[in-house]
Amino acid sequence: MAKSFDEINSKIKDGEVVVVTAEEFKDLVEQKGVSQAAKEVDVVTTATFSPMCSSGAFLNFGHSDPPIRMSKIWLNDVPAYGGLAAVDTYIGATELSETRGFEYGGAQVIQDLLDGKRVELRAESYGTDCYPRKEITTYITLDDLNQAYLYNPRNVYQNYNAATNSTDRMLHTYMGTLLPQCGNVTYCTSGELSPLFNDPVFRTIGIGTRIFLGGAQGYVAWEGTQYIRNQEVIRDGVVQYSGATLAVIGDMKNMSSRFIRAASFEKYGTTLFVGIGIPIPVLDEDMASFLAVRNRDIYTQIVDYGVPRRSRPVLRKVSYEELRSGSVELNGKNVPTAPLSSLRKAREIAQLLKSLISQGKFFLQEPIQKLHEEGRFNPLKETEVE
Amino acid sequence: MQKVKVFMYFPPEKTDKPITYRLVKDYGLMFNILQAQIQPNKKGRLMAELEGTAENIEKGLQYLEEQGVEYRIFNKNIIWHEEKCVHCGACTAVCPSRALNMNGDEWTLTFDHSQCLMCELCVKACPLNAMDVNIFI
Ligand code: SF4
Ligand code: SF4
Repeated sequence: MAKSFDEINSKIKDGEVVVVTAEEFKDLVEQKGVSQAAKEVDVVTTATFSPMCSSGAFLNFGHSDPPIRMSKIWLNDVPAYGGLAAVDTYIGATELSETRGFEYGGAQVIQDLLDGKRVELRAESYGTDCYPRKEITTYITLDDLNQAYLYNPRNVYQNYNAATNSTDRMLHTYMGTLLPQCGNVTYCTSGELSPLFNDPVFRTIGIGTRIFLGGAQGYVAWEGTQYIRNQEVIRDGVVQYSGATLAVIGDMKNMSSRFIRAASFEKYGTTLFVGIGIPIPVLDEDMASFLAVRNRDIYTQIVDYGVPRRSRPVLRKVSYEELRSGSVELNGKNVPTAPLSSLRKAREIAQLLKSLISQGKFFLQEPIQKLHEEGRFNPLKETEVE
Repeated sequence: MQKVKVFMYFPPEKTDKPITYRLVKDYGLMFNILQAQIQPNKKGRLMAELEGTAENIEKGLQYLEEQGVEYRIFNKNIIWHEEKCVHCGACTAVCPSRALNMNGDEWTLTFDHSQCLMCELCVKACPLNAMDVNIFI
C-alpha cells in the first residue's frame, strides 16, 4: 500500500510515525523482506559527515555610521567576497588567511562564528557619495549579524572515487595523505548510510526537500555543481560511479560546530566537514527496495592520484563492503584502506534526525520541483588567448 | 613502574648476543619490541618499550652502555586530543604500526600508545589538528 508525504506528515503530527535509520532499515529488510519492511516503516533517515570544499556562508553585517560600501573584506584576515551590495558578503570554506596560511581559512571563520567567538571584520572601500567611508575595522559575532546562512553549492556527493598513489613519493591531497607505491587507499562516503545511495533516482529528494544541515533544518536549494546524472551512473537501480550532488541552504544561527567542523588538509588547504541528514519516506515497495541497498551492492573506483591529470587512471572497481573491510587487493597486494568521512558522526546524525521526526519536531517536505534527469560534467575548454 | 621507549643501535658483532634476554632476566624489565632491524653481521636497530621500576630501567640502560650498545630515549610522545576528533579515520591511513585504528563496528578511533613509533605522520594527516607531538625533558 502506497503512502503519501501528507499521510506520513500526519502520522508525525500524531506521534504515530515509524522511523528507522538506513542501517536499521536494511537489517529489517534482511529479516522480514522488502514488502513487510515497506509496510512497517514510514521514514528512513540517511546521513553523511564529510569534508565538502564547496561550502560557505552569506553574511550581512548591517551599516556603520557613516556607512561604507565594502569592496574588499577580510574576516580574521581571510578574504571574503566584496562584489555584492554594501554590507553583504560570501565567505568560502577554502579561502586561506593572508597571515596564517594553510592552518586557517574560511572554514575556520565559519566554525569560530558558530562557536560564538568574536571575529575581526576589516573592510576597505573607494568611497562614494552615498557611502563615504573608506575603511573600517571592528569585531562581529554570529548574534550581531542580520543574516548568516550557509549556502553550499556542492555537497552530498552521491558517490566518490577512492584514492591511491602509484608514485614514489608521499602525496598530500584532499583525499588525505596517500603513501607511495599504492601504500594505502582512502575513500570518502558513508556508503549505505549516505543519502543519495538510498534514493538514486531522486523520487523523494528534489528542490525544497527539508534536510538536517549542521544542526539546523535546511533545504535542498538546487542541483549541486558538477551534478552528473545519466545511464552510466546508475545501473539496475544502483549507483556505480560518482554522480549527482546537491546545493543546500540553512540558517547558521541554528547550527552547531558539533555538526559543522573546520578542517585543514596538509599542503592542500582548508575545507569544511558538513553534517547532513536526509529523511526518505518509504512511499511504497519500490522505494523500500532502493533503501535496502547494502555496501556489497554499491561500488566506486580506485583512482590513481599520482597522475596529475583531469582524467586519472582507474585501477579497479571496488565495493564499499571491501573498502570497509580494512584492506583491498590491488596489483596482487593487500593494501590497507582508510575512511575520510566519519561514519560515527553520520550515525549520530541519522539517530538524531530519527528522534526529531519521532518527536514531531521535523516534518517531511515534498520536493516542489524535481532535479534534472540528465546531468553532464563538461571539462573546461581552454581557448587560445588572442 | 615506569615505561620508556628506546631506540637501540647494536654494533655488528653484538647482534647475536642475547642482550635483550639479559634485560628481561637480570633486570626484570618488560620488553615490548615495536620495530626491529637485526641481521647477522650488520648494524642492528631495535625500537622497544621497556617497563619496570625506575631503578631497574636505569640499571638496564647502564648495562646496554657497558655492552657497547648505543641507545636513545624518546623524549616526546603523541597526544590525541579526543575532544577535537571527529573519528573520520584519515590518520589511520598513514599509521604504520596500527597504533591508530578504527575500532570494529563502532567506527571509533582508538589510540594504543604502546604501539606508537613516533613517526609523526598522523600529526600532519589529521585534518582536525587533533594529533600533536608533546616534547618533555
Ligand atoms: S584524523 Fe584526526 S579527526 Fe580524524 S580520526 Fe584521526 S585524530 Fe580523529
Ligand atoms: S606517530 Fe606514527 S606510529 Fe604513532 S600514532 Fe602517529 S602515525 Fe601511528
